[in-house]
Amino acid sequence: MVPLSHFLVLSGVLFTIGTAGVFLRRNVITLLLSIEIMLNAVNLAFVAFGRQFGTVDGQIITFFVMTVAAAEAAVGLALVIGLFRHRESLNPEAFTSLKW
Amino acid sequence: MVFDQALFYAFAAFTVSGSLLVIVQKNPVYSIVSLILAFFGLAGLYVLLQAPFVAVVQIIVYAGAILVLFLFVVMLLNVPREDAAEWDRAHPLYRPGPMRVGALLAVLLIGELAWALFKTPGLTGATGAGTTGISDVGQLGRVLFTDYMFAFEVTSILIIVAMLGAVLLARRPGE
Repeated sequence: MVPLSHFLVLSGVLFTIGTAGVFLRRNVITLLLSIEIMLNAVNLAFVAFGRQFGTVDGQIITFFVMTVAAAEAAVGLALVIGLFRHRESLNPEAFTSLKW
Repeated sequence: MVFDQALFYAFAAFTVSGSLLVIVQKNPVYSIVSLILAFFGLAGLYVLLQAPFVAVVQIIVYAGAILVLFLFVVMLLNVPREDAAEWDRAHPLYRPGPMRVGALLAVLLIGELAWALFKTPGLTGATGAGTTGISDVGQLGRVLFTDYMFAFEVTSILIIVAMLGAVLLARRPGE
């Protein structure tokens, strides 16, 4: 069997990849994808802990995280469409109307 | 039991390489397809963790619905490739000083996380060795609709609000 620490390390690695994506990429859609990677890393940790302690709570929290991710993707993509319509660009640096 | 470990490493490598591909691709369509592959690896890991229902939901909801939504938007917008070149040079965070501070903080964070992981007891045995694996969807539903009833109902409100917000935001002004 696989120890819990392996799952936690994998979860950490995935979360790090997601964070690096948010910092390194200059495309709003890829930023949203990186956020999805981070949410999935957390889901993996939840399910692994649920298995470790023999409860279903980890899996149920995972469902809620998935729902929030779906809502976030819907609203985020609608925002992306609106921004693209205004600026003809997906580079976050192009959206500077609120910058002083 | 060795078979389990081999499967874990195979799925883990699949997931990590898929996620890495997401953030190194320049074309968003390739990024999304790589993320779908990574989610299939994650679904395999959930099966290893005796959570087959989560694995199926992961494939149906994430790979099947959310990422297809992303694909639709990318193709709808005819997204240009990233033009990072001239911006990256000019940004103040790319000067040597801030970069050194950032690298130091990252190394510090990795050290702290490794320390926390090695100091935590009970991580070396097999995951869930003393418990019976829960793969029963009936029990999952029972807990979801009793203990987590309130959260479940709030989730439905969240989805309605998100749907309305998305429709409102994506509508052309003046329609």
